[in-house]
Amino acid sequence: MAGDSLGASGEPQVQRSLDPDGNPRVRLSGAWVLRALLPQAAQLHRQLLAYARDANVRWDLREVQTLDTAGALLLWRSWGRRRPQLILRAEHEPVFANLSPEASPPRPRGARDPLAPLVVLGRNFLSLVEQAAQIVLLAGHLVLDLVQLSRHPALTPWREISANIYRTGTRALPIVGLVGFLVGIVLSYLSARQLQAYGADIYIINILGVGIVRELGPMLAAILVAGRSGSSMTAQLGVMRVTEELDALAVMGISQTLRLVLPKVLALAITLPLLVLWCNAIALIGGMFAANWELGISYRQFLHNLPSAVPIANLWLGVGKGMLFGILIALNACHYGLRIKPNTESLGTGTTDSVVTSITVVILVDAAVAVIFSSVGL
Amino acid sequence: MAGDCVIELRGVWTQIGANTIHRDINLCVHVGEVLALIGESGSGKTTLLRLMLGLGQPTRGTVRVFERPLQGCPADDLKRVRQRWGVLFQEGALFSALSAYDNVALPLRELRALPEEVIRELVMTKLALVEIEAASADKLPSQLSGGMVKRVALARALALDPELLFLDEPTAGLDPERSAGFVQLVVRLRQELRLTVLMVTHDVDTLIALAGRVAVLADQRLVTIGALWDVVDFPHPFVRSFFLGHRKRCAKENVEQFRRALAHGRQAA
Repeated sequence: MAGDSLGASGEPQVQRSLDPDGNPRVRLSGAWVLRALLPQAAQLHRQLLAYARDANVRWDLREVQTLDTAGALLLWRSWGRRRPQLILRAEHEPVFANLSPEASPPRPRGARDPLAPLVVLGRNFLSLVEQAAQIVLLAGHLVLDLVQLSRHPALTPWREISANIYRTGTRALPIVGLVGFLVGIVLSYLSARQLQAYGADIYIINILGVGIVRELGPMLAAILVAGRSGSSMTAQLGVMRVTEELDALAVMGISQTLRLVLPKVLALAITLPLLVLWCNAIALIGGMFAANWELGISYRQFLHNLPSAVPIANLWLGVGKGMLFGILIALNACHYGLRIKPNTESLGTGTTDSVVTSITVVILVDAAVAVIFSSVGL
Repeated sequence: MAGDCVIELRGVWTQIGANTIHRDINLCVHVGEVLALIGESGSGKTTLLRLMLGLGQPTRGTVRVFERPLQGCPADDLKRVRQRWGVLFQEGALFSALSAYDNVALPLRELRALPEEVIRELVMTKLALVEIEAASADKLPSQLSGGMVKRVALARALALDPELLFLDEPTAGLDPERSAGFVQLVVRLRQELRLTVLMVTHDVDTLIALAGRVAVLADQRLVTIGALWDVVDFPHPFVRSFFLGHRKRCAKENVEQFRRALAHGRQAA
């Protein structure tokens, strides 16, 4: 039987005949199961409906080999959801027991509310306020953890910090270098064309130096790290929520912020400034190549003029921003990670939100810093 | 014998790295029977189950379900085989982003042949079958209790009215009353649908109530297979400790009496 796609019994069949007393009798036979019914369900339904119109009809189901819920439901619907004159095998009796005379009501759809956009706006605003409060709370926890660590230095999670530095810093070097190099070349190439028109070739060093060291380097590194490490931090904490590892930590009395959040924040506060330096250097090298190629500025001349073109304050500003961005990205990523609910969809949206918010925050803070420090280093 | 096997394992060896998990396993699950697979944890029950579900490859040997070899068969064949079985995973494996209702509706919708109103009735019938009230149908799996997750998962496994049902630890995590109800449900489904059941279980009560035959997996082999009351007397340390204190209940007359009482209890209810 097992090889036969319909089991031991054949196709579902319907036959109508007249009994000696003149009443019609409908005989069903074969397998009345979902798989066998699928190809011809609509046609069978029509046929059965037509037979069921006659109130005197007798239904004979004794030759039905197998009957499942789908088969029973098809019959039930054809009969107008009540039991007709029916003869059936005892073992098929319970299948009908579960069918109700009332059609199950359509699934309620949320009614359209004319105020819905307003409600959504309000809800989003409240959620924003709530999240801001949570981030402040998280940052407060971290400060308390730091205070505790200063009293009991033995509690410092060195291994986690070191692992995070390796993951977020060392492993990010190639991609940050590649992106920095290419952006350096493109920026230098574009500026060279414009400067050449005014004969101001030598100012390429100022443009590249200030642009990269003050703005582009920190931004590029921060955006790459937000996408790369921020997403993985959120996903890691989210999966720990899904698998109840966070709860396991809590019941062991191990602080989530101390063991999970603090190492990430400290690690990014250390690695992002270093990545900024790395990104600056590689981008300047890229720019130097392009300047040499387009404007014939020698490497020696470029390197010699760089320190005088770019006041050192710009470097400190860039590196300082790197540290600030690192702390913000890690805090934000951990905040979203801890908010994830134990289901897969929440994990996906949480990770996306984390990255989008991190990048937005980085750009907003960068703009604010640019305004505040507008008189420094220029 | 071959024609009667819903699941057939021939000379199955599984090796993972240097570890041999299964050594020459031969097994035939007959049409309409309930075969229980027992074994110590780590004895490879779950791996064997995964082989039968086509989720893994044996190192050697063949696994056939509905007379089709699962490994290396065309994707369409495999799909057709998979529509004929239902699987209840140990943890339920409900899709966490979908409500209970949508979880059960998913396999029906995937057929792409049924109108939504028919799907609705089928889903509500299946949910009623496993005693999930309509009020809980819209809840997400994370909002359901462990026992409810299991029952919704069973409803999903039964959505396509399968001929073959795989149960991985079906009664683990259910309270005694629910697990008795579960057992009665399976007994009834077997009558209606000529259901073949393969279950992995640790629960002696479930074995007594359901198992037609019991297969014991130990020392990488299938050490014995037979009726419960025969397996109980098999001289193997695992079998001895597994049935410790239950041997009397597993005697033939007691088992038969228990099952009669179970069937009677169902009719009375």
